[in-house]
Amino acid sequence: MLAQNILDELKKIVGEENVLTSKEDMISYSFDATAAMPSVLPDVVVVPENKEQIVEIVKLAGQHKIPIITRGSGTNLSGGTIPIKNGIVLSMLKLDKIIEIDAENLTARVQPGLIIQKLNDAVAPYGLMYPPDPGTVTTATMGGSVSECSGGLRGLKYGVTKDYIMGLEVVMADGSVIRTGGKTVKNVSGYDLTKLFTGAEGTLGIITEITVKLIPAPQYRRSMLAIFDDIDKAGKTIADIISNKVIPATLEIMDNVTIRTVENYAKIGLPVEAEAILILEVDGNIEQIVINEYETVQKICKDNGAVEIKLAQSDKERDAVFAARRAALPALAQVRPTTVLEDATVPRSKIPQMLKALKEIAKKYNLQIGTFGHAGDGNLHPTILTDESDKEEMERVEKAVDEIFKIAIELGGTLSGEHGIGMAKAKYMEWEFGKEGVEVMKKIKDALDPDHILNPGKMFGGN
Amino acid sequence: MTIYDSLEAVKAELANCMKCGNCQEVCPIYIEEKKEAAVARGKIKLVEAVLKGDLEYTKGFEDKLALCLTCKACNEKCPCGVKVDKIILGTRAAIVKNRGLHPMKKMIFGTLKRPGLFNFGIKTGGKFQGLVFKKHKSLHGAYPRFPFGLDLRRIIPPLATTPLRDQVPEVVKVDNPVKRVAFFTGCTMNFIYVDAGKAVIDVLKKNNVEVVIPKDQHCCSMPIIAHGDAATAKEMAKSHVDIFSKLDVDAIITACGSCGLTFQRHYLELLEDDPEYYAKAQKVAEKIIDISDFIVKVIGLDKSKLGPLNMKVTYHDPCHLNRGMGVKSTPREVLKSIPGLELIEMKNADRCCGSAGSFSLTHYDLSMAIHKHKIEAIRATKADAVVTGCGACIMQITDGMNRFDLNLPIYHTVEILAKSYAAKEGEKEAKAVS
Repeated sequence: MLAQNILDELKKIVGEENVLTSKEDMISYSFDATAAMPSVLPDVVVVPENKEQIVEIVKLAGQHKIPIITRGSGTNLSGGTIPIKNGIVLSMLKLDKIIEIDAENLTARVQPGLIIQKLNDAVAPYGLMYPPDPGTVTTATMGGSVSECSGGLRGLKYGVTKDYIMGLEVVMADGSVIRTGGKTVKNVSGYDLTKLFTGAEGTLGIITEITVKLIPAPQYRRSMLAIFDDIDKAGKTIADIISNKVIPATLEIMDNVTIRTVENYAKIGLPVEAEAILILEVDGNIEQIVINEYETVQKICKDNGAVEIKLAQSDKERDAVFAARRAALPALAQVRPTTVLEDATVPRSKIPQMLKALKEIAKKYNLQIGTFGHAGDGNLHPTILTDESDKEEMERVEKAVDEIFKIAIELGGTLSGEHGIGMAKAKYMEWEFGKEGVEVMKKIKDALDPDHILNPGKMFGGN
Repeated sequence: MTIYDSLEAVKAELANCMKCGNCQEVCPIYIEEKKEAAVARGKIKLVEAVLKGDLEYTKGFEDKLALCLTCKACNEKCPCGVKVDKIILGTRAAIVKNRGLHPMKKMIFGTLKRPGLFNFGIKTGGKFQGLVFKKHKSLHGAYPRFPFGLDLRRIIPPLATTPLRDQVPEVVKVDNPVKRVAFFTGCTMNFIYVDAGKAVIDVLKKNNVEVVIPKDQHCCSMPIIAHGDAATAKEMAKSHVDIFSKLDVDAIITACGSCGLTFQRHYLELLEDDPEYYAKAQKVAEKIIDISDFIVKVIGLDKSKLGPLNMKVTYHDPCHLNRGMGVKSTPREVLKSIPGLELIEMKNADRCCGSAGSFSLTHYDLSMAIHKHKIEAIRATKADAVVTGCGACIMQITDGMNRFDLNLPIYHTVEILAKSYAAKEGEKEAKAVS
């Protein structure tokens, strides 16, 4: 519990209505979209309206060594915004303005509380788009997605959040304010601090402004769904598409467990015997090229023995194709009370091996694991269907998760393709970076936030 | 065990929520408040905390659970199909059981339960309302003259001097009826929008439908369910089930989404553990149909009966009519069939108007902040009239127009249909004269 004088100070900074302290409010800020995570109630939720207030809050917190957990919409999947030490939850939702759209330079400047989709809506009239497309595009904030470096369905062709962040304004742990990067495409001055704070999960500073890169929105797109009776055939298809110089905007995969669950849930006519389904979309600004790519992809699917190919000729049919993929997580989530969703990522060529390994892990620990994800960029979502209240099963889940990460790294992959480390994966960091690698990161953390007031317990675990 | 008797009954619903936060996109309250406790997953988290014993039935909990319009936008958005409104209503009932009912609500609901007393009060109100309300110069409404618990900024529609059910016979006969239906008027059409109620009867008559309007019907109980007074709501549900299951009718017509939904769904939920009443309630529920659906789907819209109306209108989808009863296309079909009438769709026509019945009384500023989006959407269409299918929405839009400076007539869909029939009659008469 924070001393009354600190609460009074906070109220002086942001106004009484922007300081929440009721137990009910604290409970509602003690979680995010991540399942089965430890948490404590924060002491207070503070809702600043501008950067100056944030500077004051950070100074006050620094003076009293109070943790600050910066939060956008709380839709992340790594436990990145769950308080595990009491303190201040800093809700950024009132800093939600688009400061500038610079169509000439293909950039925009936005505040961190802006919802991603609102940026896309605002730049659409200019024929532009902001490509990062996480599943939460209509709810997640720009600040949150920059801090978690979120990915999405278009990663293969368009990259992820960090590929579109050109500059930042950051409030540091001591209350100083820095600006990094800028509007220029080329910028090699100094260390690349923009990249450092992108994906830092709120552990190094508080982002108060973001400069993003925009691109011309593709005018044409074609989508299809291909069904395979063999994981290897699907894997070979993925490899062949890329080696034929086609980079689809979307290349998604669903395994048999997922297919069965989706079909059972949504009844959209998926073959429950299929071992894998690929969902593909090619896009571009020259219609003929899009059509050519589309035909190439079809041919490759056929040549690799796809049992069936469904082509989407209209927007409506495209929606039907994507409905299967969109239903994947909710359908899996219906099966058991707790859904543990991972995002271990491997080089694209290792997808079939990874899928087989996941199948074996499920068998070994007697767990239900459905896997779907972004096959084109190697980012899979093995999803363990379990029950948090079953202690014995949760122990098996933990062991299975350990093995999933172990195999991902063995295959040359990474712990997290797009969700971030947060608390969920903190304990595996050394597996990927070694003691020395983690030590470098800790030195950066110590240098920038010596008292560890910014989002404690994330990225490295402990407090 | 019904959801209104024990929170245990909503546990399965709670377990479906994976806390993804997709509800944030569509929750009108969250969009204004931007606080986690205001959105579905936050409220679900609080209910879970109470069930786990981490939180008591506090005043704060009651206040947070009051922040829901039951507009069902989150239900529709939820990838896991969580029926959030069910959780909210069940929890509100549990709150009333644990914390008691506010004395003011107790008094009001007690009156609603006794139709005689309620009718008397409202009728008396209709006669003396000039003493307390000052009429608005053009909108159908009046400002309160004294601050008797109502916000002085708002305009309240005048009560009818004589309620609808006192103006019409209990059975409206036609020659050679094709169907015989009952009409559940609901409070707004009985006491305020009498013209819309008359239009329902008129339209049914024009389609050779005999209409029974039971005198002893009363409030559907939606406001009472919304405030968690399950015991009173159950009594009212039983009373209506008795009244309407006695009638020999093909259908029961409603012209208000909330009333229709209450009969269709909430009575079944309330009476779930009473097999005898449940079976009867189910038969009643099966007969419930909204007037637009009835005309288009059961009778068939006879376009030869439609006269021209030269107007540009925009249509607002009432939440309980659209997401509750699934009535979305037939009101538009009615409007589009009328010669000369142009339907201009507003942006987010299915977004809640912020009324939620008594929510607009208990949370006036928030209700109006939500409503502002609706008025701006209406304004942008440049339509010259607003059409909708629910009395509470009409009340809210009237008040909103006054607050946000727009001045357009507002009609129930069925009033427009009745006008179109009348226009045809006018044409025929004109021809006959010439």
